Amino acid sequence: MATFYIFMFLPFFSALLVPFLYKYLNRQIHTGWFVLLAPLSILIYLLQYIPSIAAGETYKFTLSWIPTLGIDITTYVDGLALLFGLLISGVGALVIVYSIFYMSKGREALHHFYVYLLLFMGAMLGLVFSDHLLVLYGFWELTSVSSFLLIAYWYERKSSRQGALKAMLITVIGGFGMLAGFIMLIMMGDTYSIREIIAQVDVIQQHSLFIPAMLCILLGAFTKSAQFPFGIWLPDAMEAPTPVSSYLHSATMVKAGIYLVARMTPIFGGSSVWFWLVAGVGIITLLYGSLSALRQTDLKALLAYSTISQLGLIMSLLGVGSLAVYFGPGEQGTVFTVATFAALFHLFNHSTFKGSLFMVVGIIDHETGKRDVRYLGGLMQVMPITFTIAMIGAFSMAGLPPFNGFLSKEMFFGAVTELAHVSTFGLESIGILFPIIAWVASIFTFVYCMIFVFKTFGGKYHPEKLTRKVHEASLGMLFAPMVLGLLVVLIFFFPNVLGKYILAPALTSVLPMMPVTAYDLKISAWHGFNMELLMTIGVVVIGFLLFKSAKRWVRVIRNYPQELTLTHLYNIALPAMEKGAASLTNRYMTGSLRHYLSYIFSFFVMLLLGSLLLLYGIQFDFSNNASISLFDVGLVLVMIIAALTVLFTNHRVVAIVALGAVGYMVSMFFVIFRAPDLALTQMVVETVTTVLFLLCFYHLPKLKKDIERIPFKLTNLIISLAVGLTVTILALSANGHKLFEPITSFFENAFELAGAKNIVNAILVDFRGFDTMLEISVLAIAGLGVYVLIHQRSKRREHDETE
Amino acid sequence: MKPNNVILQTVTQVAVFIIFTFSIYLFMNGHHNPGGGFIGGLSTAAAIVLLYLSFGIEKVRENIRIDYKKLAAVGVFIAVGTGLAGVIFGQPFLTQIFGHVQLPIFGDTELASALVFDTGVALAVIGTAVNIILSICEDR
Repeated sequence: MATFYIFMFLPFFSALLVPFLYKYLNRQIHTGWFVLLAPLSILIYLLQYIPSIAAGETYKFTLSWIPTLGIDITTYVDGLALLFGLLISGVGALVIVYSIFYMSKGREALHHFYVYLLLFMGAMLGLVFSDHLLVLYGFWELTSVSSFLLIAYWYERKSSRQGALKAMLITVIGGFGMLAGFIMLIMMGDTYSIREIIAQVDVIQQHSLFIPAMLCILLGAFTKSAQFPFGIWLPDAMEAPTPVSSYLHSATMVKAGIYLVARMTPIFGGSSVWFWLVAGVGIITLLYGSLSALRQTDLKALLAYSTISQLGLIMSLLGVGSLAVYFGPGEQGTVFTVATFAALFHLFNHSTFKGSLFMVVGIIDHETGKRDVRYLGGLMQVMPITFTIAMIGAFSMAGLPPFNGFLSKEMFFGAVTELAHVSTFGLESIGILFPIIAWVASIFTFVYCMIFVFKTFGGKYHPEKLTRKVHEASLGMLFAPMVLGLLVVLIFFFPNVLGKYILAPALTSVLPMMPVTAYDLKISAWHGFNMELLMTIGVVVIGFLLFKSAKRWVRVIRNYPQELTLTHLYNIALPAMEKGAASLTNRYMTGSLRHYLSYIFSFFVMLLLGSLLLLYGIQFDFSNNASISLFDVGLVLVMIIAALTVLFTNHRVVAIVALGAVGYMVSMFFVIFRAPDLALTQMVVETVTTVLFLLCFYHLPKLKKDIERIPFKLTNLIISLAVGLTVTILALSANGHKLFEPITSFFENAFELAGAKNIVNAILVDFRGFDTMLEISVLAIAGLGVYVLIHQRSKRREHDETE
Repeated sequence: MKPNNVILQTVTQVAVFIIFTFSIYLFMNGHHNPGGGFIGGLSTAAAIVLLYLSFGIEKVRENIRIDYKKLAAVGVFIAVGTGLAGVIFGQPFLTQIFGHVQLPIFGDTELASALVFDTGVALAVIGTAVNIILSICEDR
């Protein structure tokens, strides 16, 4: 168990070491050679699992992290996780070999590059092996962050930073959606473990959160795997160094969404929403990606769109395969099990050929300094090995024999044509669309693959267009794509080795309920003269004709207005959101205290009056009230007159004096309500504040001293009336409802307890002396505040005068 | 020409003593009758302000050499200190005690630690009030 965790976290440990290696040893040896050890050892370690996993075993390890919250780094090694683990470590090792020759030892900040790359590798490994939903999410976000860092590796370039930002925004939005979905899953299953959730899938499917959880998780998967319409970040992520594009944006990170969909298939598969979303979005992405790829002249952008398109293919196959869950074991179920098998097969194939194609583009870029097809051509004679690899990769992507893409494309056609025969989920009416779209998209795929190969390597060689003297790349740089190209061919000839040892166990983990027989999953290059083969022949014939006439019609697609693309939508949406937020904030954050006060008071009224009305709080009970004397009426009248004077006067002095009158009336109230201490204090304090007001008045600046009435504003009137009404209603309602006996009786023992006959004073200094202590502190602080304010100002004034 | 303040000053000389006496009365009496540290302090401050009004800031400052900011601080310190005294004897913070003592001149007198606390309150109030008014007055 400990060994497994050591290998799983090996990339992180190595990332810690990289800066030291770079600092002390990079002069002699390229840092990449040390980094290479990590994925290689992981690959070798994971290879040992193949026999036992193929025999149907699974491994579960637990490493305690936050045991009180039930959060442990639980890992589960099954076929699916192993397939991804092998891809990550295998392609990772090759990419590092490639990067050793691609990234210059002297010019590049290699310690950054390899730290980010190792972080990403570790996160990706953690993601695929995690069984704990929250830990999975943690690794998921770590892949987003590390890929953000990698895309912006050349951070001096504006386009790199923008591409990184776009990728970050989109994948993190999806990640948050996924987190919400995970939390819903956790609530439904009352467990964090994916295995345990799958075990109680019957309960979960009946739950009301089933569909929301599915939508949220799919949002995460679609954004990460660049599905329509979230795929727009992938072409911009091509600003990253080519090894990064090759590793992240073809072989691993973009497959994280595929992994998630495959992992969740036992839970959500069988539902019609899942089928339509996964298969539908996948097939739309396939068509959209292949059409957009035709518009590109930059080789990397072409490959980016082709990645989107191929991911759509895999996604749609997973959607079609989820029908197997619906049909269950049986003849029809078996057909769709094969679709899932095809998805896994194409997933593997795509990693091999797309990884090699990106490396080829990197080589072309590295050797010629250009990656635009308009400048390239005729490289076949100059770079024969690169050409061979490119041809293998591109023909495999186009689905031609004798390459592995042919096999998975045939299986794809087989799966989608099968859909036309299904009479459920509304497929009887529009099920026929699936094979048609798939076929059309495959034709476009064929065309852009041909463009990729023959526009770059065929035609005439134009050395005058290129800045460098072109020659074949070094063997070290060619090694990694050669290995991948070799795999592409080998898998065509021996697909069943891969199928039996790696893909079949992975299938068992995607569809655990289906009994898998070796016969069903036999991949054969020739399976009779049937529909699939006819479709492939059609693809080649029509695709060839289209490629030959490409000059005439590709312009139509290229002239598709930029204003109608999703990228343009993103580009205008982001500033529009910023502008909208700014204008909204500027609209209510006026900087005027008057406005803020009116917001505060409005909310005060809305909340209090609203809750009073909604909770039936307005209940008056006057039975316990004391009788009103003539004195009270007189004092109230004087007070009202004084208060109105404050409002309607147009002289400040009058307002101050009237305010003083109100204060003295209050102190009279204290007298008749028998509060001598309060009356004394109120009297003195009122005097002092009136004097202070007069002082303020005296010091008002001479200029702009326009003495006029308070301007009348209707909103102010309404708000103030509402506040007054609210407080009055609240006080009257509260007055009649004494829920408990008051504690006054305790304070009546003041003499026995505190030796004081004056209850008020006993409360102030004895029973609740703490309040008094803090109040005099407040007073002292206020005094110091006044002192400091005034003296700072006079000091500044003196300072100004001396200057 | 300097205004002649003879009447004001003469009356002040008498009145200040009456106000001082009254404020001390208010202060001492607070335990059993209306009054106490706060109002006692405020009326003392009133007497001091009256002195300032009649005799001018400079003259009073020469005779009463008190830094009112420090006075306020001392007041707060005393109030907190009485609270800590209880803590030293193992009681909760701000526990007040009282008792009857036979004093030579006053006879049976009630002494309460609350009075010390109240002294702190009064000093803080005097210090703050005079400090604020003096600060504003000097701001010319």
